[in-house]
Amino acid sequence: MSEAPLRGRVWCFGDDVSTDVLSPGEYAIDPVEVRKAHCLESLDPSFPIDVRPGDVVVAGRNFGCGSSRETAPENLQALGVACVVAESFARIFLRNAVAIGLPVLACGGVAEAFAGGDEIELDPVSGRVRNLRTGAGLAGEPLPAEMREILAAGGILAVLRAGRRG
Amino acid sequence: MTMAEKILARASGRDGVKAGEFVVAEVDLALTHDIFAAAVFGHLVAAGIERVFDPERVVVVLDHLVPAPTEAAAAAHRTIREHVERFGIRHFYDAGHGICHQLLPEQGHVRPGALIVGTDSHTTTHGALAAAGTGIGTSELAYVLATGKLWFRVPATIRFDLSGALRPPVTWKDVILALAGRFGADAAQYRAVEFGGPGAAGADVSSRLTVCNMAVEIGAKFGFFAADETALAYLAERGVEAEPFGPDPDAAYEALHELDLSLLEPQVALPHAVDRVEPVGAVAGTRIDQAFIGSCTNGRLEDLEAAAAVLRGRRVHAGVRLLVAPASREVFQAATRSGALQALADAGALVLPPGCGPCFGGHGGLLAPGERCIGTHNRNFVGRMGSARAEIFLASPATVAASAVAGCIADPRAPEAGP
Repeated sequence: MSEAPLRGRVWCFGDDVSTDVLSPGEYAIDPVEVRKAHCLESLDPSFPIDVRPGDVVVAGRNFGCGSSRETAPENLQALGVACVVAESFARIFLRNAVAIGLPVLACGGVAEAFAGGDEIELDPVSGRVRNLRTGAGLAGEPLPAEMREILAAGGILAVLRAGRRG
Repeated sequence: MTMAEKILARASGRDGVKAGEFVVAEVDLALTHDIFAAAVFGHLVAAGIERVFDPERVVVVLDHLVPAPTEAAAAAHRTIREHVERFGIRHFYDAGHGICHQLLPEQGHVRPGALIVGTDSHTTTHGALAAAGTGIGTSELAYVLATGKLWFRVPATIRFDLSGALRPPVTWKDVILALAGRFGADAAQYRAVEFGGPGAAGADVSSRLTVCNMAVEIGAKFGFFAADETALAYLAERGVEAEPFGPDPDAAYEALHELDLSLLEPQVALPHAVDRVEPVGAVAGTRIDQAFIGSCTNGRLEDLEAAAAVLRGRRVHAGVRLLVAPASREVFQAATRSGALQALADAGALVLPPGCGPCFGGHGGLLAPGERCIGTHNRNFVGRMGSARAEIFLASPATVAASAVAGCIADPRAPEAGP
């Protein structure tokens, strides 16, 4: 997992995007190929169809609220989402994203500053965010070093495997 | 120190910790259930792990998809049973025992001051007995099963000081809904909450479990009541000897809020957010298709009794399906003996097996597009119980029972007053 700055096309969602819309309970134990096709479909049916690898999800407050289901960040990762940038994250979603190696960035003002289809540039280490269409720049809160280390390793299971080898 | 700080200090072998610090803590109890256990064990096998850190400190429960509604669920259950055997897990509750968050306290797995992690967001429930319970994902639980440890950021704590006494039929479900409505779904994000004061001391353990269950619905990492005489008496009945446990008198809180319980009315959370809360009067008369009494929030004997008290001698409205799912076999048996289940069945309730029931939308009681349900559970997000075009309202068992009779959302203080 690189800590390099990244650029991507933006998909916008609102506040309180729940794990029930990221990973509906109805498909809870289905394989990821099935699950990811329903990710966010109840908020935007085109998302799981049209999202491309490298795209970035931008959202409001409390992103990923609800269940502990790791399938929520996993579905986004499987669809190729490069990063989720939100005003704030629900606690378990944040842990799970880090645990599976999906980059996330909390950034005040991001929901206002972006519209769907915009191009975003962001630096996970400094937290710097820029809208390449409007030129607007924002200062996000980079993850603490302890969490970035797990992300950089590729997730907590990679840390576990490395620990066993070491 | 706060309760969260005391527990994380002890579990990480330190004299003291402060909010914001990162610690690596030893976990006292690890929980997983049938939605995630196969994935957890799969991660262990893939990583070449052959034993768990302590088979005595792992609990596995089949509760979400019981009895198996699909061939895939049956296959997942079989895989989980095989892994339970292979890893020598001592505490395995197969389908029919009940919901994990009911079984943990009921079967004596929860101790005051313990650090409990589970692959379920409602693991905060166990703070009702002064344990630090919190939800994590499957990869992190696999890490815990392998190592017995996990990293934590010590949370700041918000304290709710409660005074006065509830006026029945107002319940502690109404309290936590009111707090969600007043402070918002992310009010306690990354934070712990403590419920204290003379009002909190008056809550029975069943009510404390309801409140701490929904602490996560205001974003909390942990939700706590102190382990007082009420908690210790509950624990003693379940063979757990424990000492009182609570915050230090000089604990530092990020915020203090007060609430007078005597001023509270029955509350309802409106679609599609747990913090969109109004007094019942604001939505009374809203037609419903389904009513649900159960879940880890409100599926205990006290909840079934409260519903039965409303429904005795009455009939569920012809246009409403009333579903009742006891939280555990022990609850089912006790409600059979007490006559509560008889009263519910006589009124026209459809009684489901002990387990999560329709709460999480896996099976058994899903909603069609355009349908409305009022339930005692903990979430009403879009698509939670079937169709994304269905609507879910949340309330106490008394309010749900009164609504089932009226055919529309009804005030339990005047259950016949439908439109």
